[in-house]
Amino acid sequence: MATSFSATLPLHGSQENRLLLPPIRLAPPPSSFLGFTRSLTIPSSRRLYHAHAARRSPVVGVQEVVKEKKVTNSLVCILITKEEGLVLYEDMILGRSFEDMCAQMYYRGKMFGFVHLYNGQEAVSTGFIKLLTQSDSVVSTYRDHVHALSKGVSARAVMSELFGKVTGCCRGQGGSMHMFSKEHNMLGGFAFIGEGIPVATGAAFTSKYKREVLKQDCEDVTVAFFGDGTCNNGQFYECLNMAALYKLPIIFVVENNLWAIGMSHLRSTSDPEIWKKGPAFGMPGVHVDGMDVLKVREVAKEAVTRARRGEGPTLVECETYRFRGHSLADPDELRDAAEKAKYAARDPITALKKYLVENKLASEGELKTIEKKIDELVEEAVEFADASPQPGRSQLLENVFADPKGFGIGPDGRYRCEDPKFTQGTAQV
Amino acid sequence: MWGILRRSAVDGGGFSASSLRRTRFSLVSARSYAAGSKEMTVRDALNSAIDEEMSADPKVFVMGEEVGQYQGAYKITKGLLEKYGPERVYDTPITEAGFTGIGVGAAYAGLKPVVEFMTFNFSMQAIDHIINSAAKSNYMSAGQINVPIVFRGPNGAAAGVGAQHSQCYAAWYASVPGLKVLAPYSAEDARGLLKAAIRDPDPVVFLENELLYGESFPISEEALDSSFCLPIGKAKIEREGKDVTITTFSKMVGFALKAAEKLAEEGISAEVINLRSIRPLDRATINASVRKTSRLVTVEEGFPQHGVCAEICASVVEESFSYLDAPVERIAGADVPMPYAANLERLALPQVEDIVRAAKRACYRSK
Repeated sequence: MATSFSATLPLHGSQENRLLLPPIRLAPPPSSFLGFTRSLTIPSSRRLYHAHAARRSPVVGVQEVVKEKKVTNSLVCILITKEEGLVLYEDMILGRSFEDMCAQMYYRGKMFGFVHLYNGQEAVSTGFIKLLTQSDSVVSTYRDHVHALSKGVSARAVMSELFGKVTGCCRGQGGSMHMFSKEHNMLGGFAFIGEGIPVATGAAFTSKYKREVLKQDCEDVTVAFFGDGTCNNGQFYECLNMAALYKLPIIFVVENNLWAIGMSHLRSTSDPEIWKKGPAFGMPGVHVDGMDVLKVREVAKEAVTRARRGEGPTLVECETYRFRGHSLADPDELRDAAEKAKYAARDPITALKKYLVENKLASEGELKTIEKKIDELVEEAVEFADASPQPGRSQLLENVFADPKGFGIGPDGRYRCEDPKFTQGTAQV
Repeated sequence: MWGILRRSAVDGGGFSASSLRRTRFSLVSARSYAAGSKEMTVRDALNSAIDEEMSADPKVFVMGEEVGQYQGAYKITKGLLEKYGPERVYDTPITEAGFTGIGVGAAYAGLKPVVEFMTFNFSMQAIDHIINSAAKSNYMSAGQINVPIVFRGPNGAAAGVGAQHSQCYAAWYASVPGLKVLAPYSAEDARGLLKAAIRDPDPVVFLENELLYGESFPISEEALDSSFCLPIGKAKIEREGKDVTITTFSKMVGFALKAAEKLAEEGISAEVINLRSIRPLDRATINASVRKTSRLVTVEEGFPQHGVCAEICASVVEESFSYLDAPVERIAGADVPMPYAANLERLALPQVEDIVRAAKRACYRSK
């Protein structure tokens, strides 16, 4: 169930109006798995609700006008154009194929260390990031391969980075959990839970600073992705407070996949409804079905527009699910098979495919062509990564500092970095 | 000892009534009129450095608790809010992890934050961002994202503030690759090093000392110029000598100079090195000095184990072993959390007599 929200959200009071959710959601779940409850909701009420909510939104694009006239029986009432649909489909297929290939490569020993895969959550990444421009920033966690790919980092660069090769996006120095790309404004890739949130808030702070102090034209927004486990961490709350206080152009996206390694969200959180924590800090809190890329996209559109208009942050909770374990080392024994099956039936890629085909936006053939193209792209990325060389010895000492005088003065009294042998790895440290 | 290092009772800029008398400059009184050399407190030096860098580069901004309306918890940022406005001087909520992370994120995106910690003890709540998001980022991103941020604040023991407000973090931060760690002593150090830190494209941890803020030091015309900068990574020889080398940083430089005076009376000529830069450590200067004097006494205020002194000792043993005539003497704070009682606190910190004794031991003049 997606919720729309009006642009002029009151900061204080009438928080009850913010509970724009049908009563079904608020009923206590019969089982300990939210997924069960969610799947019992009735599509028609969702549709009616959404049509109603859409009318309340002041941002009425052409698509939305068309949407109200055309009522379909599909998952969502949102219409997208064919081009947009194909872009979304391709991006999600890229995410899925890439992650599946990562698993294969890991078990073949080409990839090592910690690898966290994003299978099942593609709708969130695609739904948000495909609305951003190149100069908008994205900050993620260790589950960042697909965020990097959606933001525009090439599959070759990401695969090489995972293989630890010099052609990787961080020249093999970052790894799976630290995808950085200055060109695409992918600001990482952080291993610590919650670490990326203040950094994202800082990037949003910079947008505002550029506008107000440096008097530049800057409409850049920042999207911070993090999980349900992070929402119990202090930094999350510190940043919700400051983002609302300074009205920063940031969107906090919670990828609530119900599990933090083996810790169920319900076992670790006093109030599991994370979207509620937004209004407590003075920003809208929105809950959306994260297995449905079109719903995510609609919510994202409003949140991004709000941020660009200078109205401040939004907290979006996406209910989603990871089909694989926490990482490739996780045996994933604690999650119930029935829960997994329920979410597998809601696979965002099959859902979008079904939507595109049923609404005659694309034919099966066109979609197959895209799948084939992506398969080849990912295979080519693997070949490229395989063929790339490992970093040279001299790279060990490179890039520790932007100003390498930070290595200090050598025994001969000159700065170490002035010694031509220094970065060939032959000089003494 | 405290009689000599009286700190300013009133915070609020201006020249303090108590000043450090240094024999190198013969001053008639604390306030010099006709002598021609100006004096400046460390507080004013820091304030003027931040002020000048903020006016030179609009990307520099200040962030921290009480830096704005309160004029700075120790008045270091006095006057900056009035001059630059609330868009450049941010009073933050009490959220070290949050605002440090915001500073790092702003630095990722191209701004130059100066993040103040009320004391470096509070930086422990934000240390993940200092080390993981700031220090390591240039390396993890292979040079794509550098972090031109300065983390500054008072470090080390103050007077009677207890165990949780008195730790020295020099050794902790100096062990991390990707960081630069500076520790000024005099007003000139404070100005030059802070300006260099703000201009530096890498994360810098700037360790000040609360008890030095009110100290007045003579300052040259050159140091008052707005383009004055000291190089990061170079130590300063505060006093030349030939019998024993004493290395130290921050407040202990004053103690070492006093100890050198006392040693001179007994015929021992001590060379005092003010490290200024803990990372990178100026091993070249330290070793050159040890090769000249053959004896080393290394002094710091922090905990002894794995401290800055341990690193200097190891460095000297590795590089100048055959020049040493005596074992390296290491003076550090006591290996205990800082006690509160004034007499115990004095016992827990190095005093001038300790340095004198150690130097004499190194010169085989006493047990």
